[in-house]
Amino acid sequence: MTPTLSIASLAPALPEIYLAAAICLVLLVDVFAGAAARRVTPTLTLLVIGVGAALTLQYAQVEKAMTLFSGMYVADPLATLLKLLTMLFVAIALLYSRHFLETRGLLKGEYYVLALTAMLGIFVIVSAGSLLTLYIGIELLSLSLYALVAFDRDSGVAAESAMKYFVLGAIASGCLLYGMSLVYGLTGTLLLNEIATALQGPPSLGLIMGVVFLVVGVAFKFGGVPFHMWVPDVYHGAPTSVTLLVATAPKIASFALAFRLLAEGLGNTADTWIQMVTIVAVLSALLGNVIAVAQTNLKRMLAYSAIGNVGFILFGFVAGTEQGYEASLYYTVVYVLMALGAFGAMLLASARGFEADEIEHYKGLHARDPFLALILMALMFSFAGVPPLVGFWAKLQIFQALWESGHLALVVFAAAVSVIGLFYYLRIVKTLYFDSPGDLPVPERHGAVRLALGLNALAVVLLGLFPQTLIELCVQALG
Amino acid sequence: MFVQLLFYGFSAILIAAALGVIVARNPVYSALSLVLAFFTSAALWLLIEAEFLAIVLVLVYVGAVMVLFLFVVMMLDINVEEIKRGFTRYAWLGWLVSTVVIAQMAAVYGLRNFGVDASITVARSPADHSNTRELGEVLYTQYVYPFELAAVLLLVAIVAAIALTMRRRPGLKPQDVAKQVAVRRQDRVRLVKGVRAEGVSPEGEGRGEAP
Repeated sequence: MTPTLSIASLAPALPEIYLAAAICLVLLVDVFAGAAARRVTPTLTLLVIGVGAALTLQYAQVEKAMTLFSGMYVADPLATLLKLLTMLFVAIALLYSRHFLETRGLLKGEYYVLALTAMLGIFVIVSAGSLLTLYIGIELLSLSLYALVAFDRDSGVAAESAMKYFVLGAIASGCLLYGMSLVYGLTGTLLLNEIATALQGPPSLGLIMGVVFLVVGVAFKFGGVPFHMWVPDVYHGAPTSVTLLVATAPKIASFALAFRLLAEGLGNTADTWIQMVTIVAVLSALLGNVIAVAQTNLKRMLAYSAIGNVGFILFGFVAGTEQGYEASLYYTVVYVLMALGAFGAMLLASARGFEADEIEHYKGLHARDPFLALILMALMFSFAGVPPLVGFWAKLQIFQALWESGHLALVVFAAAVSVIGLFYYLRIVKTLYFDSPGDLPVPERHGAVRLALGLNALAVVLLGLFPQTLIELCVQALG
Repeated sequence: MFVQLLFYGFSAILIAAALGVIVARNPVYSALSLVLAFFTSAALWLLIEAEFLAIVLVLVYVGAVMVLFLFVVMMLDINVEEIKRGFTRYAWLGWLVSTVVIAQMAAVYGLRNFGVDASITVARSPADHSNTRELGEVLYTQYVYPFELAAVLLLVAIVAAIALTMRRRPGLKPQDVAKQVAVRRQDRVRLVKGVRAEGVSPEGEGRGEAP
């Protein structure tokens, strides 16, 4: 078989091809710009992402799913939506982090290049049609993130957390590869759609063994209990701007990984993995929310909150229905939007020598910076799932999906852990408004970033008041 | 029969070598055990007719990677006792866990569930089959996408390595090639009109102190 390639037939893969070329461009411009690189590279990177989004919208849209590169690449509406969202989220994250990087002496071209390669990794996972591309995408994303976590070379904590992330990530990759090799051995193909057709009938014990390792790998990348150990340490140890990157767009990649691998590739043997995913989801939702209560560090608290939210994302997979996946996708997007705002506000509240990562650093923020306090309050209410905000609709979608697939007990359980979550989110609001500020510093003003952050919080409010747009977008993408 | 004998022989050596990697006290022995493990896996690959991969494994891993690794291990002068102290203390836990895992895997991978007939069998190729050629044919056609992505992965590794290790130390005196090339005679050589001291004979020149 000799597949023929023409330039026109490659159009659906334009985002990846463009991004790979753009990464080289940014790398070269950064080297040759010399002293001006500090100003040029961040702007150029945002420009590159903007052009990428325009090209994706213009040329890479597909009506229905199609494959390229001998089936290794899948282009479908879901992939296009997730890529556009990834570009949006990474661009916002980079916009938020610029002044943070500048004041810490971390503003280097490599930071932006590694952020772009992480984005390419997410793209590859999102469009993966075979186990091979899925794995390469994961490695591309993870390697970039490991390096970013260690980016502040003078920080011992950052180096330590990067090391933990790297070692645990390598073990996770090993598990994933082992599971993939078993599935490959039993089906004789790497292509996900062929695996789906090959796996009819009752699963063999060997296949279940493979699926166990695949689920372990997926749970690791998600940060689901009991494979969550890296999450708090990485969130805490990494520079806040990197935490922002790690906590947001890669969640989309994790969703895509779970969806492509479990729902699409192993969809016919869903019984094998739903049980395991249920255990991971229940433990994550419980442990994440309970341990978050005991945290005094905001980054660690948000890390455990991330673990709890991963539990909710996985509940959509537990439902195992079309509606469940839609709810999961919607929850992922909403969560990332809120996490962007929360870590963005942390970046804005910090200053050189003042990381603003302890909860007590936010005492009486209202008196020092009412705007920032308002934004954080809106985000915390949304995280907690208070009705008019978008976080409420995300939780509701998950509840509905669980309800309609007959998981009554899980609905009750999810509602109960949401109430626990309410406590520690509202504690932040109390700190913001009712504690005395003492002599804590007043955050600096950064006009553009404040505007972006304001829009971010506004999106959380507006998407909560008019939830239908985003929900329909998710339904269309998966339909 | 002979092939089976070879397979079990090499497998046994491979397992022993892999064990050697983790239990050897001296890190140099560990690295050498890893070399042995690579060699035996290459032999196993030869048995399943993956000649090209087998040769590449020996060339790349044994020839390049492991040699570099050995150099690093020898240069670092690692205090083995320090590292291994925790190892012996927690060894019982490791043995316990690995015994349980091995028992579980043996139960799953028993011939009943995972025998030859359970996995996909591949037809043997004729003797003149060249899998180097085969790889060359699919690498840039069928597998062009993952192949190019692997290249990007290497780029990331380079960028990350440079970003994490290159630092400008104060007081470092690097060479500036442009300046070296542009240097003129006047910058370096200064002709001084010497004043010959009284009472020194011309023959004595050059035997004095070094300038």
